Amino acid sequence: MSREFRMPSLGADMEAGTLVEWRVVPGARVRRGDVVALVETEKGIIDIESYEDGIVERLTVAPGARVPVGTPLALFQGEAAAPAPEMPRPAATAAAASSGTVPAAHGIAVPGLGSPRDAGKTVARAAPSAQRLRASPAARVRAAALGVDLGRIQGSGPQGVVTLQDVERIGGREPAPRVATPEPPGGARAGMRNAIAAAMGRSKREIPHYYLQLAMDMQPAVNWLTAFNQERPVPERLLIAVLLIKAAALAAAEKPGFSGYFRPAGFEPAAQVHMGVAIAVRGGGLVAPAIFEADRKSLATIMHELQDLVGRVRAGHMRSSEISSATLTVTSLGEEGVDVLYPVIYPPQVAIVGFGSVLERPWAVNGRLEARPVLNITLAADHRVTDGRQGAQFLARIRDHLARPGEL
Amino acid sequence: MSASVSRTTYREALRGALREALTADPRVFLMGEDIGRYGGCYAVTKSLLAEFGEERIRDTPLSESAFVGAGIGAALGGMRPIVEIMTVNFSLLALDQILNNAATLCHMSAGQCPVPLVIRMATGAGRQLAAQHSHSLEGWYAHIPGLRIVAPATIDDARGMLRAALLCPDPVLMFEHIGLFNMEGDLTEAAGVADIERAAIRRTGRDITVLTYGASLYRCLEAATELSAAGIELEVVDLRTLRPLDDATIIKSVRRTRRALMVDEGWKSGGLSAELGMRVVEQAFFDLDAPVMRVCTAEVPIPYPKHLEDAALPSVGRIVAAAHAMVAHEP
Repeated sequence: MSREFRMPSLGADMEAGTLVEWRVVPGARVRRGDVVALVETEKGIIDIESYEDGIVERLTVAPGARVPVGTPLALFQGEAAAPAPEMPRPAATAAAASSGTVPAAHGIAVPGLGSPRDAGKTVARAAPSAQRLRASPAARVRAAALGVDLGRIQGSGPQGVVTLQDVERIGGREPAPRVATPEPPGGARAGMRNAIAAAMGRSKREIPHYYLQLAMDMQPAVNWLTAFNQERPVPERLLIAVLLIKAAALAAAEKPGFSGYFRPAGFEPAAQVHMGVAIAVRGGGLVAPAIFEADRKSLATIMHELQDLVGRVRAGHMRSSEISSATLTVTSLGEEGVDVLYPVIYPPQVAIVGFGSVLERPWAVNGRLEARPVLNITLAADHRVTDGRQGAQFLARIRDHLARPGEL
Repeated sequence: MSASVSRTTYREALRGALREALTADPRVFLMGEDIGRYGGCYAVTKSLLAEFGEERIRDTPLSESAFVGAGIGAALGGMRPIVEIMTVNFSLLALDQILNNAATLCHMSAGQCPVPLVIRMATGAGRQLAAQHSHSLEGWYAHIPGLRIVAPATIDDARGMLRAALLCPDPVLMFEHIGLFNMEGDLTEAAGVADIERAAIRRTGRDITVLTYGASLYRCLEAATELSAAGIELEVVDLRTLRPLDDATIIKSVRRTRRALMVDEGWKSGGLSAELGMRVVEQAFFDLDAPVMRVCTAEVPIPYPKHLEDAALPSVGRIVAAAHAMVAHEP
């Protein structure tokens, strides 16, 4: 059976995307997760993965075309589809297709915002001009409880209405395209800024942040890292950021309440720690794609993935699955010489860990002052989920892990 | 008490209830057009004249206003009259008595003058009696505060509702569907007084709550059987009492199935199904997974020709189609 492969939505803030390049040709066999196309959005160029196995039957949109979310891009001959839930067809695809209006600059992602985990109401707010969503009252109530974005669900009910069953089937797990909307005024760059504004505005509006800060002596970590790197060729050397990511991921795996999502029904702990890593984008902006299951990966693997991510962020080749999967985020302004940073949680995540620069500072050791590399670790956490005491324990775990770098 | 059952008809069950009431309470008497010598236009009162005599089984002139008014007066005077009106269409001649007197006097007298009157009448279509003898106007009566409206659909209710009606201090209008009189079935001997406060779930199902009453109940049950084969399970609620409606049972069921379909022989516009749908929306909106729907009679005076009459009435096919539409899943 043929299925349409549609312009996906990579967040509630995404309304349209420009097809940059096809990575498949008609007749090609595609597996779920394969990169099918490159699409430029306000988040930069994203590698769009297939949601299903199948064979490419026909490509219906040519590179360079800017089309609303939900526009069919290609036809797939699918094996019984594990569908990207589809949305109503956009009314006037051609009218919205205007290539060349998108800045070539790489945009930013605001993970969490409009991810499948995001509440449906945000979507409704973000896209007031979208065609009206058809969902039953029961479906709406359930979607709100589950934190499911109704706009991502293809309704199976009468006249395509989203039913309760549709919501429960999706259950907030599967990302999918949503209703197409016109390009925001000001183009992708403005859309990017709007996306940050929406996410951070929502975060500060809804999340009662509490902040804890802990300073630690990084001498053991620095020593260990220096020794480790000395024995290795450049490509295998580690950055200190890798230690920080691994330590935070381990702490999150050990202390519940910091990795997961806050939904209308309450906190949902994540089964794995997918560590979002905030990466600055040239020309302004920020993305925080996920390193999956960072607590279970070796430092070398994290290093490799981090380099890969940074490279792809700079080149604008993030994968759609990376953008919306982080369960917790770490951020660092290490290169800028900032002592302490007070980060803002990406909803619907419930915590973010900030690492300041590792800077030489006076440090009391056995009653004497010494110059030591000192790191300030900050936790911003959602007070609806955890309290300061848990936060303090979480921070202490990070510290303890960093104090024993050889065990990371 | 034994739980034994006996084979009987709806008509006989009604007659049995009348006979029991006449026997049990000397204040009870019957009056109406042709109920004595003729035995009632639907033969419900057949043989009662011989058993109870002219004092208690009274043939009246063809004047609904007069004999309903007389019934009201008798009730005010301490009797327990059971008035039969041939058909709901004719009851309109007595509407002034029913609405302006029977329904109001208890209230206007601050409870001093209750009207414990029972009015039985035939309702409904399906027997080619044309537009002046076939309408279902019980929904109109259900509009009126001060009245209690019951619609027995089963043999047990035909037997048990009259006693409950006689025990009720308010005027009770009992609507007997003309399609049910010949219905055969089992009467539960031990059933006793029917509960006229509650609706009854005649069939349980998970997908759609069907709210119905009277003869439509059987079309709904038939549709439920057919739909069950297609994997759609109807929960069929027999309203039994149309005023006051048993919101608790109705809403509880709709909350469970998340869909509500109303089936009745009235017209949609301003009808009982409209009232039911509104109650569902008022009380269970956020539980609904589909728009509420109605299967009612076409908005025409009931036609005489058989094929047109059939086409006008709620049919099993229309109920099935409505149910499919409510759960339709697009491929």
